[in-house]
Amino acid sequence: MALQHLLGIAELTREEILTILEQAKRFREVLDRPIPIVPALRGKTIVNLFFEPSTRTITSFTLAASRLSAQCLNFAVSASSAKKGESLLDTVENILAMRVDGVVVRHSLAGVPHFLARRVNCFVVNAGDGCHEHPTQALLDNFTLLERFGSLEGKRVLIVGDIAHSRVARSNIICLNKLGAKVAVCAPPTLLPVGVEHLGCEVFFRLDKILYEVDVVHMLRLQVERMGAGLIPSLREYRQFYGLTRERLSKLKPEVVIIHPGPVNWGVEMDYDVKEMPQTLILNQVKNGVAVRMAVLFLLAAGRGLLTEEAGSG
Amino acid sequence: MGKILFTGGSVIDPVGGRIRRADVLIENGLVKAVGARIKAPDAKKVDCRNRFLAPGFIDLHCHLREPGEEISETIASGAWAAFASGFTQICPMPNTNPAIDSEAMVRFELEAARGVNGARLIPVGCCTKGRQGKELAELGGMSMAGARAVSDDGNWVSDANLMRRVLEYAKTFNLLVMSHCEVPELSLGLADEGFVATRLGLPASPGIAEAIAAMRDIMLAEWTGAPLHICHVSSRETVEVLRWAKARGVAVTAETCPHYFTLTSEALGREYDSNLRVNPPLRSELDRKAIVRALKDGTIDAISTDHAPHTSEEKEREFEAAAPGIIGFETAFSLCYEVLVLKKVLTLPELVARLSTAPAQILGLEPPAIEPGKEANLVLLDTEVRWEFSRERVLSRSFNTPFLGRMMRGKVVAVFLGENYYFDSEFLGEQSEVGKFPKVGFKKTGA
Ligand SMILES: [Zn+2]
Ligand SMILES: [Zn+2]
Repeated sequence: MALQHLLGIAELTREEILTILEQAKRFREVLDRPIPIVPALRGKTIVNLFFEPSTRTITSFTLAASRLSAQCLNFAVSASSAKKGESLLDTVENILAMRVDGVVVRHSLAGVPHFLARRVNCFVVNAGDGCHEHPTQALLDNFTLLERFGSLEGKRVLIVGDIAHSRVARSNIICLNKLGAKVAVCAPPTLLPVGVEHLGCEVFFRLDKILYEVDVVHMLRLQVERMGAGLIPSLREYRQFYGLTRERLSKLKPEVVIIHPGPVNWGVEMDYDVKEMPQTLILNQVKNGVAVRMAVLFLLAAGRGLLTEEAGSG
Repeated sequence: MGKILFTGGSVIDPVGGRIRRADVLIENGLVKAVGARIKAPDAKKVDCRNRFLAPGFIDLHCHLREPGEEISETIASGAWAAFASGFTQICPMPNTNPAIDSEAMVRFELEAARGVNGARLIPVGCCTKGRQGKELAELGGMSMAGARAVSDDGNWVSDANLMRRVLEYAKTFNLLVMSHCEVPELSLGLADEGFVATRLGLPASPGIAEAIAAMRDIMLAEWTGAPLHICHVSSRETVEVLRWAKARGVAVTAETCPHYFTLTSEALGREYDSNLRVNPPLRSELDRKAIVRALKDGTIDAISTDHAPHTSEEKEREFEAAAPGIIGFETAFSLCYEVLVLKKVLTLPELVARLSTAPAQILGLEPPAIEPGKEANLVLLDTEVRWEFSRERVLSRSFNTPFLGRMMRGKVVAVFLGENYYFDSEFLGEQSEVGKFPKVGFKKTGA
């Protein structure tokens, strides 16, 4: 049974992930053509429903839709009314009235894409829900790593930073596990959620214990606004113990890969020097993001779900 | 309604922990006789073979939403739903809008309940004015108007000195202080802190948020010598605190609710069903087992429903934005019977004691008993019937419950309190001569 929505990586099988990434590979080639557009979704309408501001993700989805020749509408809904839950159902009803084919939703509360998926008759893509999942980000991260390594089987991936509040971390841990990688996370205990090891990862509190042994370092963005909650004493101390500093760089494996979901707080989770390193794939991630989102929209909007005969055999 | 003879049933005496075969005759709202083969040719007969007669239940903790949110529930609809579920006396919490925090408000509540064919209200006032946790409410006046207890329910009184004053002052007026224990700084209140919350990305509160608050209140109760009641216990750590306090001889009692020994946070699955959002949250299997053990050994004295009706507008929302709480009257006995009696944790008389005798003792009331000369206050239990809890069986004005569609074992099939009665003709069938009683006494909205 093909999936009708993309709500999280947890809902996907390894085969479904590989189907999406296979399809993304084809679209990645399209993006390098002189005219990087295909008519695959001509006549389809996709709505970006963002209850939480995110220039990067909304741009990436918009671009993905237009590269597929789909029409794309952007709705930015104010966070305060969304928080009270005032407008969500009304908004949904309005969308239904407009006869759209799919909704890409970003919300500060976990579970909103599931809530929508139960109530709309079009497909729903989770573009990040609270501290829960951000599946397209994980797919593009894994795509980027596969592009470099060919296979993730047995590769050691370290995710560093605010695991507790990171949907990117959750989706990545699940995705990496499904693709055979070994995952470790590293954070101060105040930024680690209870029982995270049951998602499939080793847990480290000190970066220097593990950093030098891994094939991939995935640095998370530190939400500077969390500082107010007293979770870490200062940005300076965070950099000292959890930052990818100039000193730490020199001790990494030479073939290591460094990724980050962006935007980076330079000088906090990463020193600026990292930007210059050939191992840093942050810009590849951005480009691959469009291809991966094209693949997701294509597979869902073509009405065949995520496992299509054509895509599955490719 | 004249004379009624219950024939061939078993009568439960929860105080003595006994069951005996006996007929029961009630006349004009009083128990006339209890014994073998009572002759009363002029009485209407209710066939009680394979059924049990027990004293009516008392719900220590429920929400009727009036005044303020009559769209979810009213005193009349809630008192009726409680009654038809076996609760002949109920303690509505004072977190209405406006709150029940004055003598006038207690009088309003009792007035609204007058003439309602339903459970009798045992008013609970606020501890502090407007449940703001800043100033003592007029406990004396509320007690004069008929309140038996005080609670700020959802708002734990976090000022320790004010809580001390509440306990001291309440004691003067023989008011029981009921505490919804929750240290606010530790509680984001949506899910139990653990792997389920981590997987779902939900903000969480740990079980110790409840236990730490309970510990403080228990120490204040011991210090002031005032009795204290802990509401809807959900965590294993709170059970430990209670065990310690009771061994010490502190005058503390506690209740839990069917959802805390029926469900765990695993029930959340990946669906974000807001009907599973309760406060305190559903916890782990370890907690559930600890609650069950505490009910068995008496560390938790009583079972309440925390009946918390909400409209679908309040529940059909994002999980985190949905109002916490589920309706609890209609399913209470059946869930208890299934999880506690059928699984041999409690005997049927022990279960009735947790639902009737213990709540009465906690409130300082005489425990209901089926004895000659007393007011008729009894329920008829059919432990054999299997039934599906469907939307049509909801008597409350709201439908927020995760148990819709569940097959239930055992049911309250008749309830009598004084001259009032409820009679479930669907399950009692034609074997009775009591006659038709309107099954649904109040017009429901949104059905
Ligand atoms: Zn409460
Ligand atoms: Zn309550």
